[in-house]
Amino acid sequence: MTLVFGVPLSVLLGQLLLGLINGSFYALLSLGLAIIFGLLRIINFAHGAQYMLGAFAAFLGLNYLGVNYWAALLLSPLLIGLLGMAIERGLLRRIAGEDHLYGLLLTFGLALIVEGSFVKLFGVSGSSYPMPEALKGGYNLGFMFLPTYRAWVIVAALLVCFATWYMIERTRLGSYLRAGTENPKLMQAFGINVPLLVTLTYGYGVALAAFAGVLAAPIYAVTPGMGANLLIVVFAVVVIGGMGSIMGAIITGLAMGLIEGLTKVFYPEAANTVIFVIMVLVLLVRPAGLFGKEA
Amino acid sequence: MNFVRNSASAILASSLIAATAQAQISNNEIRIGYLADMSGTYRDLSGPGGLEALKMAVEDFGGTVDGRKIVLFNADDLNKPDVGANTVRQWIDERNVDMVTGLVASSVVLAASKVVEQGGKLALISGAAASSLTNEHCSPNHIHWTYDTFALANGTANAVLKDGGKSWYILTADYAFGHSMETDIKKVVQAEGGSVVGAVRHPFPSSDFSSYILQAQGSGADVIALANAGADTVNSLKTASEFGVTQSGQRLAGMVVFLNDIHAMGLDVTQGLMLTTGWYWDMNEETRAWAERYQKRVGSKPTMVHAGIYSATTHYLNAVKQTGSDDTATVRAQMAKTPVNDMFAKDGRIREDGRMVHDMYLVKVKTPAESKGEWDLYQMVRTIPGNEAFRPLAESQCKLVAKN
Repeated sequence: MTLVFGVPLSVLLGQLLLGLINGSFYALLSLGLAIIFGLLRIINFAHGAQYMLGAFAAFLGLNYLGVNYWAALLLSPLLIGLLGMAIERGLLRRIAGEDHLYGLLLTFGLALIVEGSFVKLFGVSGSSYPMPEALKGGYNLGFMFLPTYRAWVIVAALLVCFATWYMIERTRLGSYLRAGTENPKLMQAFGINVPLLVTLTYGYGVALAAFAGVLAAPIYAVTPGMGANLLIVVFAVVVIGGMGSIMGAIITGLAMGLIEGLTKVFYPEAANTVIFVIMVLVLLVRPAGLFGKEA
Repeated sequence: MNFVRNSASAILASSLIAATAQAQISNNEIRIGYLADMSGTYRDLSGPGGLEALKMAVEDFGGTVDGRKIVLFNADDLNKPDVGANTVRQWIDERNVDMVTGLVASSVVLAASKVVEQGGKLALISGAAASSLTNEHCSPNHIHWTYDTFALANGTANAVLKDGGKSWYILTADYAFGHSMETDIKKVVQAEGGSVVGAVRHPFPSSDFSSYILQAQGSGADVIALANAGADTVNSLKTASEFGVTQSGQRLAGMVVFLNDIHAMGLDVTQGLMLTTGWYWDMNEETRAWAERYQKRVGSKPTMVHAGIYSATTHYLNAVKQTGSDDTATVRAQMAKTPVNDMFAKDGRIREDGRMVHDMYLVKVKTPAESKGEWDLYQMVRTIPGNEAFRPLAESQCKLVAKN
């Protein structure tokens, strides 16, 4: 058996693949954060709560309305995205242009309210979302057993990530978006409805979080705290990648998943810390992040 | 003048008599504090439900003991030792609380029980797991009621070993509770001729367990033991089921699993899991009746921790009634003298190290086909007699245990 640093190659391959799966979640979530920060300059601390809401919307939809997994994958982000737009219209708009801190505190407060209410309503143990029939089972890859669902997570997450990147970087709508970030006044003068663009962007970012939530529902316990645990890591990913960089968020998300996966093999105790260590190093060397532009 | 003097002294005398009679019950009230995790990871196994169980015990006494009102205080310890210890200190110093119950996260309880000991009051611990509470940290001022890590490791590991699980791999939460659980498991496994082939310590809390499950799977051990609790256990079990651990012939042993965890995960994921519990709602008429009453108020079936809070409080109030006193040493002695006989335990007894010894139960989680209702989750496998379940006094490091 081939050994790499004392660890069998097969084990290493398995862990790398798992790292890629976790990286897909990081990529999806940090992408949403990056888009929101890019256009709104809002540090969206409610992102974890919105991820949790996505999972809960799928869970409640299945149990009370009979909405199946595939429909939930579409409907849940739509619903939570609309909720996000309402938040932008009703609350975030009022503090646009103020210091970053206001947006951070507002969204953090919202997250606490939402998570607290869900604890009150559903308890902390949460519930279990059944695995969709079509994605049960798995493949034996020789070096590991890969559950079909995990393979699907990678495919779905990457598809959505690159579709988003393409939309923003390569289409007309995307060019409006990027221009709106640079100079909203001028865009307004050209007759582009910038406020609407802002609302849609926030809604889309939130929908991405909800989409990740639905993806996560069958593999993790659906609990009110599921987002809060993940959010801090995702913020670290965004900081490493560079705030506001779309491709940076995707690539960093996947890379951090891989690094975390390797840490779990070589020194599991540090698995929760390794990303923050990297964050510190990146901030020391490149304060704007690996893919960020110097301000 | 004489009349005035006489009646004055009569009033003085009678008030003195009344005062001495009342001195037995401080402040003329029995004051109980309920400290628990009301909002975090352990909310569902203790939390507001435990407060309700405590209120049920108080109501069974009509809210008074011999005309003395029972007053309740409650607080959320947020699973933080400093918050828990400060709350208890305030209760004892400012509110003159006589007894504190609930007491869930082991780290909080270790801190809070020290404060109770300094204040000379009594703590009835129902939620915490650490068996060190009646070992190196034992005290005449607390009683450990419902279960502990020793009993759980002992009950579950023994059963799995007897069933043919010889080689073990341990998944440990990387903090004090996980470490002591890991030690307890190793002891039992090695004593019974099994072997521990490996262990991995994961950060607490973690959300993704696929990596650790894969390592456990790769170890080829017969049994994967989960020395973690709450959401960590839930996610470990879900991941294990997804990665086909049981299909490949390995089996899982959950060490600290509560009814609410099984309910949250569902039987599809948990069926066949063996675990040890201090109490289950569906054991006999008495437990069912009490659980029914509890469910009407709270909306879910009670865990062993909830039942333990009710049982401990009832036993305490009975001792207060029998002795007519709320003095800690008097009540503690009376509680130890009387066997615990209620819906929670039969012939339970309180040892000098503060351990309430009662039967524990080895159960198996039902399959979806066997289960007849939302909360019909366990099938009784074996009753573990109290003497066998808990750490024998001969092995105790407790300073209160007389060594011959």
